[in-house]
Amino acid sequence: MSELARLNPAPVPSSRRPTAIVSGLSSDAHTWNLVFLELLLDELGFLVTNLGPCVPDDLLVAECLDHVPDVLVLSSVNGHGYADGARVVRRLREHTPLAALPVAIGGKLGVAGGLTAGQRDELVAAGCDAVFEEHADAVASFRGFLRALPVRAAR
Amino acid sequence: MTAILTDRIGLHDFVRRAHDAGELVVQPRMGFGLPERMRAGLVATKTAPATTVGTLTLDSYTRIGDLAAVERALAAGSDLNGYPIASHPLGTTRAMLAGVRDAGFPVQVRHGSATPSHIFAALVAAGLDATEGGPVSYCLPYGRVPLEESVREWSRCCELFAHLREHLPVEPNLETFGGCMMGQLCPPGLLVALSVLEALFFRSRGVRGIAVSYAQQANPVQDQEAVFALRRLCAELLPDTDWHVVVYAYMGLYPVTPRGARRLLTAAAELARATGAERLIVKTVAESERIPTIAENVDALTHAATRQIRPAEPLADPGADSETYQQARAIVDAVRDVDQDLGRALLHSVKRGYLDVPYCRHPDNLGRTRSYLDRDGTLRWADPGLMPIGHLVPRRRSRQVTSAGLMDALGYVRRKFDSFEESAPEPILELR
Ligand code: B12
Repeated sequence: MSELARLNPAPVPSSRRPTAIVSGLSSDAHTWNLVFLELLLDELGFLVTNLGPCVPDDLLVAECLDHVPDVLVLSSVNGHGYADGARVVRRLREHTPLAALPVAIGGKLGVAGGLTAGQRDELVAAGCDAVFEEHADAVASFRGFLRALPVRAAR
Repeated sequence: MTAILTDRIGLHDFVRRAHDAGELVVQPRMGFGLPERMRAGLVATKTAPATTVGTLTLDSYTRIGDLAAVERALAAGSDLNGYPIASHPLGTTRAMLAGVRDAGFPVQVRHGSATPSHIFAALVAAGLDATEGGPVSYCLPYGRVPLEESVREWSRCCELFAHLREHLPVEPNLETFGGCMMGQLCPPGLLVALSVLEALFFRSRGVRGIAVSYAQQANPVQDQEAVFALRRLCAELLPDTDWHVVVYAYMGLYPVTPRGARRLLTAAAELARATGAERLIVKTVAESERIPTIAENVDALTHAATRQIRPAEPLADPGADSETYQQARAIVDAVRDVDQDLGRALLHSVKRGYLDVPYCRHPDNLGRTRSYLDRDGTLRWADPGLMPIGHLVPRRRSRQVTSAGLMDALGYVRRKFDSFEESAPEPILELR
């Protein structure tokens, strides 16, 4: 099966759809970004749990441990995403079952427009597999990231 | 700046005097983490060539009460997205305001907290007497605090705040955020109803100085109708209250070009002037991208205050016949009938879907309503859910929203203003 076909929702029974958790970060109330990502992932064939905005670190960790999704998608646009993201992803990685969980983060992650290279590196060092800052083709490269995901046994 | 000098003046009296003198009061959404920068921003607002009110917009950590995160950010020297009023020492905030805030320059605190006790305590301690919010509008769009807790906290804060008048020469002022909610894609009937209901809530808790908000949406005629409806409802339902109307420049996806951003701000100023709104909160050319600089804020204030700005399609007040008035009135009446106490009435109205905000993910929001944008930008209900306006809204088959469809609707205003045809010369370019 080609990767695209695998991500196509129609022929795949729901029990075998890959799973995604979409979540805002602890201090961020912005919601439209999360609604958008939920719809997008659903259209790409994922079974999506949207945790909504202002998700405390403990709740995010607990939900990830409960579901161990195929991918975790973090989004923040309020300017604190860089700090909040690095903090919670570091905590996630302390849990063995989440050590290899693919994690993407994106949005407007700092208060000064783009992040510095150092800040991006720090997000990666904290355990983010990909950082998608706001950019004309951020969503296209995000699709590429999803297509390249390792597939869990069930799929 | 047009100085209006008395000993000390409350926000409402300041705005009223300016209005009587034919001036639209303009105000930024400005907030910086460091006191020096915050003070510089206030000074620049005060000295801008416009009749201005200053703003302290608080950071997101303070909003959710995570003061430990503020400490960490300040210690690490990282930037915050607003002023942490509950963390800087009281003396620092007082010194930051000293000589800036005075009889000719009121300063308002804007936050976005469902549990604002620490914020009210800090602002009152700093000698401030104007702020914003509401038990529903600072809860549903701002995260996951249970509405019941928000109503309880807001009740207590309003009562404390109202008592300030016993110690101050001015009437404390509270502004509803109900006219904004999620910023976009909420039909104005519900926005107007929420703004009025929050004003009634404030009044029931003893607050007598009130501002009612309305955020510019995607169609200028519908927006005028909405502000007229808001005025009419306040005149009918808020006796013995000092109230005025504040318009927010568009609160959704903003144009990306400087020209598009300015034109959208022009349209917001036109809306305020066409409807006799007394105050306007501006947005800058940086809105779509990042937190604006002080200079960008001053530009926006200067532009919005341009006296030559006149409404493009002024509407005569349609009175009680307008669609927005009728929807808002039906919602307000139904909510007031739920319980004599407005706090409980709001809580149970949300739970039973009388108040149901489209796209809002808060656990207490029922989420049965659907809205859509007509081709001319008019916001309509595709499905009013359980809201008490079923008899006023034609039924429609609502389609499944796609990610592209959502972005298309969210981007309507951005596209319209970014691609505005070159017709009349832009006033700001001539004036500067
Ligand atoms: C609507 C809005 C609000 C509403 C939100 C309502 C709600 N509950 O959703 C309200 C009024 C409540 C609000 C509040 C605040 N806001 Co606001 N808000 C906006 C606004 C106008 C539009 C955002 C929006 O709806 N976008 C629609 C979605 C679909 O687009 P998006 O968020 O840009 O996401 C896109 C991309 O970024 C990308 N993306 C996002 N996440 C991810 C993740 C991945 C993995 C990928 C691949 C892509 C991706 O995909 C999306 C589609 O292209 C923006 C400015 C703008 N953009 O015009 C400011 C803005 C985001 N807000 C901002 C700020 C600072 C705040 C406040 C802190 C108040 C303040 N100081 O001004 C509070 C935050 C409260 C909190 N606790 O967080 C700033 C952020 C600045 C920064 N990052 O440097 C902005 C940019 C405005 C500004 N210029 O100052 N806001």
